Amino acid sequence: MARTLFVLRKHKALYLLMLPGVLYYLIFKYVPMYGIIIAFQDYSVSRGILGSKFVGLRHFVEFFVNTPDSWKLIRNTIMLNVYDLLFHFPAPIVLALLFHELKIRWFKRIVQTISYMPHFLSTVVIAGIIVTFLSPSTGVINHLLVRWFGIEPIMFLGLPEWFRTIYVGSEIWQKVGWGTILYLAAIAGVDPTLYEAAKIDGANRFQQVRHITFVGMVPVMIILFVLNLGHFMEVGFQKILLLYNSMNYETSDVINTFVYRRGILDADFSFATAVGLFQSAVGFVLVVTANRIIRKFSDTSLW
Amino acid sequence: MKRKTGLGSMVFDTFNVLVMLVLIIVMLYPMVYVFSASISDDAMVSSGQVLLLPKGLTLHAYKTILNNPDVWISYWNTVRYTAVHTLFTLIVTAAMAYPLAKKWLPGRRTILLMAAFTMLFSGGMIPTFLVVQKLGLLNTIWAIVLPSLVNTWHLFIMRTFFEALPEELEDAATIDGCGPVQVLIRIVLPLSMPVMATIGLYTAVGQWNSFFDALIYLNDRSMYPLQIMLRNILIAGSTIEAESNASELQTLKYALIVVATLPILCVYPFIQKYFVQGTMIGGIKG
Repeated sequence: MARTLFVLRKHKALYLLMLPGVLYYLIFKYVPMYGIIIAFQDYSVSRGILGSKFVGLRHFVEFFVNTPDSWKLIRNTIMLNVYDLLFHFPAPIVLALLFHELKIRWFKRIVQTISYMPHFLSTVVIAGIIVTFLSPSTGVINHLLVRWFGIEPIMFLGLPEWFRTIYVGSEIWQKVGWGTILYLAAIAGVDPTLYEAAKIDGANRFQQVRHITFVGMVPVMIILFVLNLGHFMEVGFQKILLLYNSMNYETSDVINTFVYRRGILDADFSFATAVGLFQSAVGFVLVVTANRIIRKFSDTSLW
Repeated sequence: MKRKTGLGSMVFDTFNVLVMLVLIIVMLYPMVYVFSASISDDAMVSSGQVLLLPKGLTLHAYKTILNNPDVWISYWNTVRYTAVHTLFTLIVTAAMAYPLAKKWLPGRRTILLMAAFTMLFSGGMIPTFLVVQKLGLLNTIWAIVLPSLVNTWHLFIMRTFFEALPEELEDAATIDGCGPVQVLIRIVLPLSMPVMATIGLYTAVGQWNSFFDALIYLNDRSMYPLQIMLRNILIAGSTIEAESNASELQTLKYALIVVATLPILCVYPFIQKYFVQGTMIGGIKG
């Protein structure tokens, strides 16, 4: 105790510097974690956490057993992620390889700069562009379809079967260019003598890409994959919130949008917290497990 | 570097350039279209005559927007949220990262772990909302600034940067009688401009573009930032003026997108370097 006080006093200025940041973490990160207790209560704002009645797992039972939509929400959350991992995750890897193989430097720089641009558009702007472009009566996509292929206008956002394509497609459009940066940095870090050695051994260009460039990117892929799993349960829920509507709920409604509706709009705090806790717990288990598996099989890991 | 070019290799190079040209078109088309449509005649836009280049040039949509007081108010709100958020974030993050860069400081590990854990697990949307509500921050600028004040990723980037600074400089200043705060302000920060710029820009662009915190924490129209205003008009379908018809609304939407995005796309060529830099520092394991 006396020693702690001594240390605190000796480095008083340094600890004081940290104080605002530490307070931030305590108030806005750790107090909410304590607040998770209300998932097991019938929380009422007037009675507070200490005065509210404890109800055990009732809200979880309510969600899994009595909410007819619960499996749909879980399925949509998983499917949007699976689609994202299948199509969006490999896209920057392929693009980085193509960028790397471009010989004309000024052309390469222009393509890169242009492909980074959509990254800076806000989610609202992206969603706004999607909604207006896809409008069946006035949107440019339907105008083009009618003009070139003579098809009847399609009400894209009103049809559940289109939602996943729209979501993942716009994700790729916005993020593929920016996503190449880390991979290009990894490629730049590859030892150039490896290429020389490969050439002496008679490796052609495609073999060099496959065995040297690609292999150099693997650690970044692993890290990004684990980080992706960390956000698995959240999906791009802010974009979904802007794009979904009651006509496409069948494929667009995810756990987080449900938490938003029940918690913020209906003020059903305890129930929404319980559903949110299920989501964060699964996310936590996913990252920890993925990291453990990766650490076993390779030198790269998140921690 | 000169490579022996085989036929397969040449075919690939041609194919690659073609792919890149397609990529440029795909990336630019939506942005060009939005701009063209915003300066075109509204009837021509909604009937599908404008496909790439503007037709029936008019600035009508921009005039309507600039005459709308709500647009100005939300613009001002966004500017002020962005400025205050960025300033506070830089101060608090730097002040926290500096002691954490001192390897000998007792308790450093505990605080680092405490921060790192929040990247893996969080209380979630509702408990955080309740904290903000309990603190009486709803409908104030602090509901926008405080809940996302420190980004753990940025904190670690800054700490890594501070750790790499030569210790001799700080020691010299300490011998001259400077306290830690003075060392931070006079020696460390001036040397850390690249990392400060990168993190400041990330925070600023992030705040400029964000809408979700404003959506749940603000319900007073006069507090709405630009993105909420955009959302209401672009997506929720509220109209900017009572008398505007459907086709006029269409061009108004495009003009609004341009007005909201222009500041960022204008500075983008100058700040791209810092962003690329930031992504790379972030990529190095701290």
